[in-house]
Amino acid sequence: MSADVYLNVAVGGILTGLVYGLMALGLSVIFGVVRVVNFAHGEMMTIAMYIAVTLFTAFHLDPLIMLVPIAAVMFAFGYVLQKRLINPFITRPEYSQFLLLVAVAIIVVNLLLIAFGPDAQNVQTSYGYDSFQIGPLIVDATKLYAGVAAIVVAAALFGFFQYTRPGTAIRACADNYTGALVVGLDVKHLYALTFGLGAACVGAAGCMLLLIFDVTPAVGPAYTLLAFVIVITGGLGSMPGALIGGVLIGLTEAMAGLLFSPSAKSMFAFGILVLVLLFRPQGIMGKRTAS
Amino acid sequence: MNALLSVDGVSKRFRGLVAVDRVSFEVPEGGIFAVIGPNGAGKTTLFNMVSGVFPPDAGTIAFAGERIDGLPPDRICRRGVGRTFQIVRPFPALSVEDNVIVGALLHRRHVSDARSHAHEVLRRLDLHDKRSQRASSLTLPDRKRLEVARALATDPKLLLLDEVMAGLRPTETDRIVAILKGLNRETGLTILLIEHVMRAVMALASHILVLHHGAAIAEGLPEQVMRERAVIDSYLGVEAIA
Amino acid sequence: MIAALTEGISRRAALLLVALLAALILAPLFAGDYLLTVLILILYFAYIGQAWNIMMGFAGQLSLGHALYVGLGAYTAASLYVHFGIGPWLGLLVAVPVAALAGAFIGFLAFRFRVAGVYFAILTIAVAEFARVGFDHLSWTSGSSGLFLPVKQYAHNDLWLLRGHPAMFYYILLAATVLAVVFCRALLKSRVGYFWLAIREDEEAARSAGIDVFRYKMIAVVISAAMTSFAGVIYAFYYNNLFPEQVFHISRSIEIILGPIVGGIGTLFGPILGAALLTGLAETLTAALAALGIDLPGAKQVFYGICLLLVITTLPDGVWPWVAKRIGLGSRSK
Repeated sequence: MSADVYLNVAVGGILTGLVYGLMALGLSVIFGVVRVVNFAHGEMMTIAMYIAVTLFTAFHLDPLIMLVPIAAVMFAFGYVLQKRLINPFITRPEYSQFLLLVAVAIIVVNLLLIAFGPDAQNVQTSYGYDSFQIGPLIVDATKLYAGVAAIVVAAALFGFFQYTRPGTAIRACADNYTGALVVGLDVKHLYALTFGLGAACVGAAGCMLLLIFDVTPAVGPAYTLLAFVIVITGGLGSMPGALIGGVLIGLTEAMAGLLFSPSAKSMFAFGILVLVLLFRPQGIMGKRTAS
Repeated sequence: MNALLSVDGVSKRFRGLVAVDRVSFEVPEGGIFAVIGPNGAGKTTLFNMVSGVFPPDAGTIAFAGERIDGLPPDRICRRGVGRTFQIVRPFPALSVEDNVIVGALLHRRHVSDARSHAHEVLRRLDLHDKRSQRASSLTLPDRKRLEVARALATDPKLLLLDEVMAGLRPTETDRIVAILKGLNRETGLTILLIEHVMRAVMALASHILVLHHGAAIAEGLPEQVMRERAVIDSYLGVEAIA
Repeated sequence: MIAALTEGISRRAALLLVALLAALILAPLFAGDYLLTVLILILYFAYIGQAWNIMMGFAGQLSLGHALYVGLGAYTAASLYVHFGIGPWLGLLVAVPVAALAGAFIGFLAFRFRVAGVYFAILTIAVAEFARVGFDHLSWTSGSSGLFLPVKQYAHNDLWLLRGHPAMFYYILLAATVLAVVFCRALLKSRVGYFWLAIREDEEAARSAGIDVFRYKMIAVVISAAMTSFAGVIYAFYYNNLFPEQVFHISRSIEIILGPIVGGIGTLFGPILGAALLTGLAETLTAALAALGIDLPGAKQVFYGICLLLVITTLPDGVWPWVAKRIGLGSRSK
């Protein structure tokens, strides 16, 4: 194989990894603030993917354009889920939260199964087979659009946390829960807002990923797991860490698929996870919290 | 008297900030030694180094003639140093009795032996009547005594008490003072305590060390230390009046 | 007075226990084939739940990858049988150490480096997933196309080679579950049990009370893994086929832990009650949907999920403590 092949696969992996990163960003934001590990994260993404598939097949609406309204729907879903269901659980032990979200995940997967059947679905956009040639480099249009969209959404999220009032309030809440209560912040609302944002992130990521991969009801758990691997690799609670972790895992999967076998690619992602946990348990960008 | 604990030139820095600065002192066997000082003086940091939560950056700590600095907390405890936490940490879902049995099992293989030892300790700490309650259901004074009981059950030669009187009413304070005095007198237990409640310090301590900004500014007999200018200025002047 | 009361309660508990055990021993005589398979499933989950509970309920370490130990036990014993004709009981001598070693490996990685809580849970998932993909590509165990044990009709139950009627598996699992409960109770009442509970409650305080936290966590994970692998061996010889995609899958790990969580974490009867409730629920749902003529894949799981949601929101400590109080065993339902 020539060097060009490696380069092309690597770039494809990095672009896919950016979308992974956005998906993981949602998980990271939720954990960083609400301190709940969203074990239904991938399942939430499949909801968004099915909405996008349905809109595409029925009205030929492009997932990249529908990304905004779908993210809004997912935001509402996440907001209500946190406020109604998860909020009473934030002081409960981890296994209890875990079970709650596993129950949610089971319900989501199987409702999707009832509604859409077990077969894989995808979207065939007009640019599905286009590619750009830059020197020796050939980039799939779908991956390029998806990767750019992921950067845009992530940048918007950074901006929100950095420059808006609710964003600052949420960060205050994450830093110091009691302090936030004392200064009169509505923590319950801010938590719901955060969960909504996490859901919107993963919803947007789902729309992008649909350009690259098929969707079945059963892929949810695999994406949940992938999001965990990325977030821990990058550093749980670190926003840049999630993106960097996503890129790293995307790249690893792509190279492993090329050099070994595509079916073994997740083994390499888990291998990276084990290495990170061993040598840098706080993740690439994470800070070691003194206990 | 021999020194049971000798701390020699110990320092600790956090992100460039000096928390404890070349502190040296010796706790004689059978003594009650108090470390006092305003908030942020480095008392708890010093304690954490003695009990092994983290190692000192410089200096040595020796217990019964052997170096213990850098050892993990469990090893230090097994050598005979028991400790309590400033914010009490009993095992919440366990009964009072079971909390103390955990401590007693450190040097006992059989639960039945540990149980009878635990009962002895509980009687001493006035907790025997409450032995079957869940630890989480206890009031703060009871939890403080439970914390002492658990540490005591590990048969320490040296007991480290981190602000065990904080937040207690005077009657409760006197009760613990009496218990600790009794333990010291009857069993020869050596005690090193951090304390804010001067009433307790003056009633208990045979020796006082004053920390300020991480450094030892005075050391000696209680009456002696209390007369020192630096101590009055830095510490008593502010807190005794407040 | 108090002594008399507690004695009264324990006599009552003993009676209930004997009655339950007698019912379970006699059950195969009355149960049809279908009911027997359901009971086998219940005992299987009750047994593994007990093993998982040692780690989570006693020592406070959340493992979400117990399918790893089931799979290692199953694959080791099955491979030895298929390749060398070594029977399951001898195979156990290899399978149990293999699983225990895997547990020790995970424990060593995690506990040495203070990987705890969520991080630990995800490490356990990751290793199980790693094994799943690894076995998919391992030709010695036929990879993803599955490992099959030769099935023949046997005139007699062969207890030595575990070939025969489901009732044999039922009794083996029943014995294993009873032993597991007795063993767990003994552990809980011993020195190591006290240390585990202390670690579960507050690791830092436990360390300060002189407990070698690393060592006792290692003991928990090794015992739990070893016990779980036995269930894996039984699984292999009961089902006679193994696919990495099935045995190592994360949904298997989740199945394992639902029982003890629903039943009541850290309790001795929680895992048993939880297994009975969840397996019973799943089977009832299947039957009910069939009776209603609803053929909707996924419908059963949706109900299942909703029931889980109800249990976890209404009885956060699990069903057993609640039941124990109602049948007058409240004071000793620990």
